Amino acid sequence: MRFSIYRYNSETDREPRMQDYVLEEIEPGMMLLNALIKLKAEDETLTFRRSCQEGICGSDGMNINGRNGLACITPLKDLDEPVTLRPLPGLPVIRDLVVDLSQFYRQYRAVKPWLTVHDPEPEVEFLQSPAQRDRLDGLYECILCACCSTSCPSFWWNPDKFLGPAALLQSYRFLADSRDQATDERLADLEGPYKLFRCHTIMNCVQVCPKGLNPTQAIGRIKKLMVKRSV
Amino acid sequence: MNTARRRFDALVIGAGGGGLRAAQQLAQAEAEVAVVSKVFPTRSHTVAAQGGMNAALGNVLPDNWHWHMYDTVKGSDYLGDQDAIEYMCRAAARLVIELEHAGVPFSRLDSGKIYQRAFGGQSQDFGGAQAARTCPAADRTGHAILHALYQQNLRAKTHFFDEYFALDLLTDDDGYVLGALVMDIATGEPVVIEAKTTLIATGGVGQIFRTNTNAMINTGDGMAMALRAGIPLQDMEFVQFHPTGIAGKGMLISEAVRGEGGYLVNKDGERFMERYAPNAKDLASRDVVSRAIAVEVREGRGCGPAGNHMLLKVDHLGADVIKKRLPGIRDIALTFMHVDPIETPIPVYPTAHYTMGGIPTNRYGQVVTPARTGPEEPVPGLYAVGECACVSVHGANRLGGNSLLDIVVFGRAAGNHMIDFLKDHRYHRPMPQEALERAQQRLASWENRSGDESVAALRLELTTVMEQNCGVFRTEEVLQEGVDKVMAIEERLLHAPLRDRSRVFNTARAEALEVENLVDVALATVCSALARRESRGAHSRVDYPKRDDVEWLKHSLYSKQGRRMDFKPVRMKPMTVDPFPPKERVY
Ligand SMILES: Cc1cc2nc3c(=O)[nH]c(=O)nc-3n(C[C@H](O)[C@H](O)[C@H](O)COP(=O)(O)OP(=O)(O)OC[C@H]3O[C@@H](n4cnc5c(N)ncnc54)[C@H](O)[C@@H]3O)c2cc1C
Ligand code: SF4
Ligand code: SF4
Ligand code: FES
Repeated sequence: MRFSIYRYNSETDREPRMQDYVLEEIEPGMMLLNALIKLKAEDETLTFRRSCQEGICGSDGMNINGRNGLACITPLKDLDEPVTLRPLPGLPVIRDLVVDLSQFYRQYRAVKPWLTVHDPEPEVEFLQSPAQRDRLDGLYECILCACCSTSCPSFWWNPDKFLGPAALLQSYRFLADSRDQATDERLADLEGPYKLFRCHTIMNCVQVCPKGLNPTQAIGRIKKLMVKRSV
Repeated sequence: MNTARRRFDALVIGAGGGGLRAAQQLAQAEAEVAVVSKVFPTRSHTVAAQGGMNAALGNVLPDNWHWHMYDTVKGSDYLGDQDAIEYMCRAAARLVIELEHAGVPFSRLDSGKIYQRAFGGQSQDFGGAQAARTCPAADRTGHAILHALYQQNLRAKTHFFDEYFALDLLTDDDGYVLGALVMDIATGEPVVIEAKTTLIATGGVGQIFRTNTNAMINTGDGMAMALRAGIPLQDMEFVQFHPTGIAGKGMLISEAVRGEGGYLVNKDGERFMERYAPNAKDLASRDVVSRAIAVEVREGRGCGPAGNHMLLKVDHLGADVIKKRLPGIRDIALTFMHVDPIETPIPVYPTAHYTMGGIPTNRYGQVVTPARTGPEEPVPGLYAVGECACVSVHGANRLGGNSLLDIVVFGRAAGNHMIDFLKDHRYHRPMPQEALERAQQRLASWENRSGDESVAALRLELTTVMEQNCGVFRTEEVLQEGVDKVMAIEERLLHAPLRDRSRVFNTARAEALEVENLVDVALATVCSALARRESRGAHSRVDYPKRDDVEWLKHSLYSKQGRRMDFKPVRMKPMTVDPFPPKERVY
């Protein structure tokens, strides 16, 4: 199987380049990450992040044949040749497929992603009905892989102002939690033309999320809450 | 060249559940705490834990901590330290509530309380009916807990060193631990982190086996750092093989599947666990179920064309239960096997999963080593928690759901003890130049290695040897061969050059350092397995098939220097209740 992989080492290279690789033995059921690991055994310099190998740690987000995804859960058999691999778009490249995610993490921190309760805490659990708990499904499962934000045009154009789909999904995860008491502060923090409202519902984020989450819908729901708050 | 230096009150190496829970405690007490992790914190392996965390809340069936304690002692095959087990089981309910308050989206009952499910080895009333003690967030409990703990640390303003690789501990001649030498992966630069007290929370070492359920980063770095600092590793022969890894691949299919009513069948469609554990059946302890599967396959009742696995049946639970309670498992089966458990059983086989052994500690998380004269004593300033540590609550076999509990209970306890330690040790001790040089030596040694061995090839060879020579069933001869082979690999690694010597984000260098750690820990494991001439919990010696409480009711300690084995007694005396004396273990 043929691969064309983006190569760049910020220490030594002035320009990025694409390098061709061939992998002879492809076993049935093999994932893209397995192929990268085999290629790395031959060429130690090929650089990418990875850990869990099952789509739960969010390390190996990359651009695969033009589309963001996780290498470890992308079957080789679904890919056209040469498989073209590039780093996640729109962020500084540290080396090869490894991008600098500082901006992405800053946006995550900006939404104060922690449960905030003002009342005194009981000695037992906060009660939450199964229906209230169900509202967190599709929100809390985010693995911070950055596939969504780095496919979002608004994120590319305003990375310092628009918070991007991943952070906004997290914001809504706490807005939707029956236990959280910071709704007003959270919404106030999202005021202004950029942080939230730069989302133009282009839906790239939804199409690429490897966990099947729907940031666009979450963003829409935040917008509704904002409207409710302002009347 | 001058190495950069940073100074903190406390250094936490590892940002899994254990490290983050300790850091949270320290940061909330306004200690300056640095957390070093070789991956971004939420990518730590705790994120993969599926089924849940044990606590006797009694939300679904009657329960109390004392029953939980009994099950844990029995599950440990009486090798667990009963004071630490009592401490953990008493603290469990409080820790779950704390996590719930921290935001963990636990699954719920109609009453609004936390849902609890059945897991293996759980009973009511000291060995009676099945209990339901495991608190889940669907089947993504580790993810939910790890993210919540990270979020609480962001809130508490913990200092994070993300993508920094810890190389070695720094120690002075009085035996104090003064911090660690770490490497910034992004730049390749070494950094000295000085701390008055240091916690190792680097997780397990499933990667010494070829097929395992662990993340690629689980390479036992902290354990190897301890070994190199002259600290022995305890009970390393006890490796948990999880009964239901996806056959041939290793991804975990959580015990929650059997807790929710799934069961195992052999090629004749027989529910064979009824023969091995008439009462608990599929929810017997993991060591029991794993051995049963291995025996079924060996005796020709395996499924598939090669007859090499069992089938885990879930379809009878119905689509609703599966989608609601086991969504992550369904995804894994769909992605990696192209089978939908709603319709088709999942092929499974025992897979290396969890390291019961580790860095010896007491129940405050203090690392303890045998004193040449008299009983053990703490290494000043050094703590360890989580899968890299051996406190020992899991003894010879861990119960499912007890590890997430272990990491938060002892993470918190260690944090508290470190806060006390800081009160008595207000200033940094001077850092001797030799300490630094020793640690830098390790990094430097990779810069001028030559030869024609390959790091990646040796890693594969090592894991294959461990699988063949230190697996579910063991004998003297096979283990001895294993020791020889691992030692040969250790020697050959000296002739495996680092071909990529660049600085920036050099993952080849990190992997080489990891393989070095794997070799140290693999040797500890196989040497300890060779030494223990009995069968207990997960350690099954075909040549010594019985548990031997007269000779072997003791912890083993392996030291790197001279590959020496020592032993120390099990702490049979709980904190307040009567001990549970060893009995025959039936499920
Ligand atoms: C698939 C799977 C499912 C599981 N399900 C359950 C379950 O349902 N219930 C349960 O109780 N247990 C479960 N377990 C076990 C449990 O998840 C682990 O034992 C536990 O999470 C370990 O936590 P830890 O904090 O000790 O380590 P980890 O979460 O492994 O964290 C280790 C940390 O150390 C860091 N680190 C390691 N080496 C270095 C280094 N050299 N330099 C810097 N940083 C380093 C890593 O980056 C990471 O941050 C499961 C395990 C697996 C594999
Ligand atoms: S829907 Fe909004 S957040 Fe998602 S990609 Fe489009 S602009 Fe970005
Ligand atoms: S929302 Fe989806 S794509 Fe975006 S970071 Fe989370 S898991 Fe990744
Ligand atoms: S390696 Fe963890 S998500 Fe792919």
